[in-house]
Amino acid sequence: MKFWVKSALAILPALLLLGCGTPGKVQEEGAGGMGQATQQEVGAEQGAMAQGAGSEGGMEGEHMGAESMATEAAPLDPLEDPNSPLATRVIYFDFDKSEIKPEYREVLNAHAEYLATHPDVHVTIEGHADERGTREYNMALGERRANAVKRLLVLQGVADDQIRVISYGEERPVALGHNEEAWALNRRAVIDYER
Amino acid sequence: MNRRPSFLIIAGLTLCAGLLLSSVAAAALKIEITQGVEGAVPVAVVPFKWKGPTPRPPEDVSAIVRNDLVRSGRFDPLPAKDLLARPDSDSTIHFPNWRLIGSDYLVVGNVDFLGGDQYRIRFRVYDVFKGQQLDGYRMTVSGKRLRRAAHHASDIIYKLLTGEPGAFNTEIAYVTAQGAGDQRKYTLWVADSDGYNAQALLNSHEPILSPAWSPDGKRLAYASLEDRGHQVVYVQTVATGQRQRVSAHPGLNGAPAWSPDGRRLALSLSKDGNPEIYVLDLASKRLRRLTRHWAIDTEPAWTPDGKAIVFTSDRGGSPQIYRVSLAGGRAERLTFEGGYNARAEVSPDGRQIAMIHRTQGRFRVAVLDLESGELRILTDGMLDESPSFAPNGSMIIYATNSGSHGVLAAVSVDGRVRQRLSVQEGDVREPAWSPFEN
Repeated sequence: MKFWVKSALAILPALLLLGCGTPGKVQEEGAGGMGQATQQEVGAEQGAMAQGAGSEGGMEGEHMGAESMATEAAPLDPLEDPNSPLATRVIYFDFDKSEIKPEYREVLNAHAEYLATHPDVHVTIEGHADERGTREYNMALGERRANAVKRLLVLQGVADDQIRVISYGEERPVALGHNEEAWALNRRAVIDYER
Repeated sequence: MNRRPSFLIIAGLTLCAGLLLSSVAAAALKIEITQGVEGAVPVAVVPFKWKGPTPRPPEDVSAIVRNDLVRSGRFDPLPAKDLLARPDSDSTIHFPNWRLIGSDYLVVGNVDFLGGDQYRIRFRVYDVFKGQQLDGYRMTVSGKRLRRAAHHASDIIYKLLTGEPGAFNTEIAYVTAQGAGDQRKYTLWVADSDGYNAQALLNSHEPILSPAWSPDGKRLAYASLEDRGHQVVYVQTVATGQRQRVSAHPGLNGAPAWSPDGRRLALSLSKDGNPEIYVLDLASKRLRRLTRHWAIDTEPAWTPDGKAIVFTSDRGGSPQIYRVSLAGGRAERLTFEGGYNARAEVSPDGRQIAMIHRTQGRFRVAVLDLESGELRILTDGMLDESPSFAPNGSMIIYATNSGSHGVLAAVSVDGRVRQRLSVQEGDVREPAWSPFEN
């Protein structure tokens, strides 16, 4: 699962670049090898950063190469770094439990540090439950899971008003099966950065 | 069941409102009896004689009655083709013939057009073995109310033959979910208890939960996540569609339950940090907190005397059912069997509590007898949810899974009769059986 999330995050900027090009170009590049796409990815991300949000819609795909990035060096947002612990935004729970497992401490510490040092950044923490049991109880359980994450962040200096907690209970499963595998993926809290 | 969709398609074309009306047709509930009572009582319902300007009345009253009796699982109406004669309420009945074909009871009737939009239904119920009329009734209704009048006739017949009130002339509210991802659409519906006349009350891209009927059957309270995932409780008038936000505190606002007098709603609110049971006075908007515990307290349900509330709490480490008096005092635990008991509803006579009970990893509808403490499991699904009593206490409607599809099902409180209610597409869930019509 994590591998897929990470690869999706890694490929995303490349896809965005392809999306900016002309239709003809998209097809040509789509046929290219994986190595090429990775090269493009770095250039695209940094190029877009340097140019700022205003030029997002510009059709300058061809110039977004290595040269333009060298002129201005803006720091990369760690939120965009697929290798940062901040890239982990989903925390999983046991059935009918809202205790945060030790394996997520490092990830949550990273989110806490980031949010504490970026007081203007806001997150929504969405709590979810698997389909077993009753719907309103699961709404409460989802909220308790999201609150458990929130409490940990607030304890480490994140301001209360930076975090909005909501619960979807069992209403928004990501995995649709009726088995332990699917249930495990659905018992989760999701940290959603608002931008 | 087959007549309705074609009628709607025609209406849709004529009115150029095809979209809305076809969604009504697609959402009509289809009801099948999956298990009936052995030795269901044979009864003959003779097609009611029609007198009017058209070849047929707008609704086939006797067919509706026959279907209702079948649906109860307690009766086995003879097929219309097996009827030897077609008497009406003015005929002399030859009882030996009806005894011969093994019918214990006989229902005959007439539907007369009175002009304008008025119809008169007359019917008589006979005990075939005694050769006696049990009772006879007459009602005058508008065309629009013919179906409801037919259900009312079924209620009368059911009461005559079983001694218990029928619950045919009632409605069910339920929620459907269709489509995937961002296109997922949730709809709150109200339909007649036989699945006809489904009306959409609310469409939303966010989940709708816990519809609950007001005791007068005119309004529904429900929880909706339509405000960016914030759970908020609304009260909506069924006839007008008009609605009011009644609880939108920070945190969860859910699980509404009407007090028997219809003036208050019990709710689960998490504004204090975790869900607690509150009672909201609808007129004064005053809130009264009933529970005070760090655990989850949710899914309140009133006892019929309005003096206590049962609710789900995990204060003992797992979800169990508790009861707390409105006068105050400690909550008393009611369930001890099994590690998961939730979403209680009290039977209309106050003697039993239906709930979701986990047994061997499966979530099923169970009924707890409050006097004996006996717990009976009524259903056999994996993930059964949301039990709701019929107002006569005879059946419990609930949500279950059929394949990967959410459907509704109903089971008699003695577990002997089972029905399945499904829509053509999407999932159905969160059923709530209306009170008796006033």
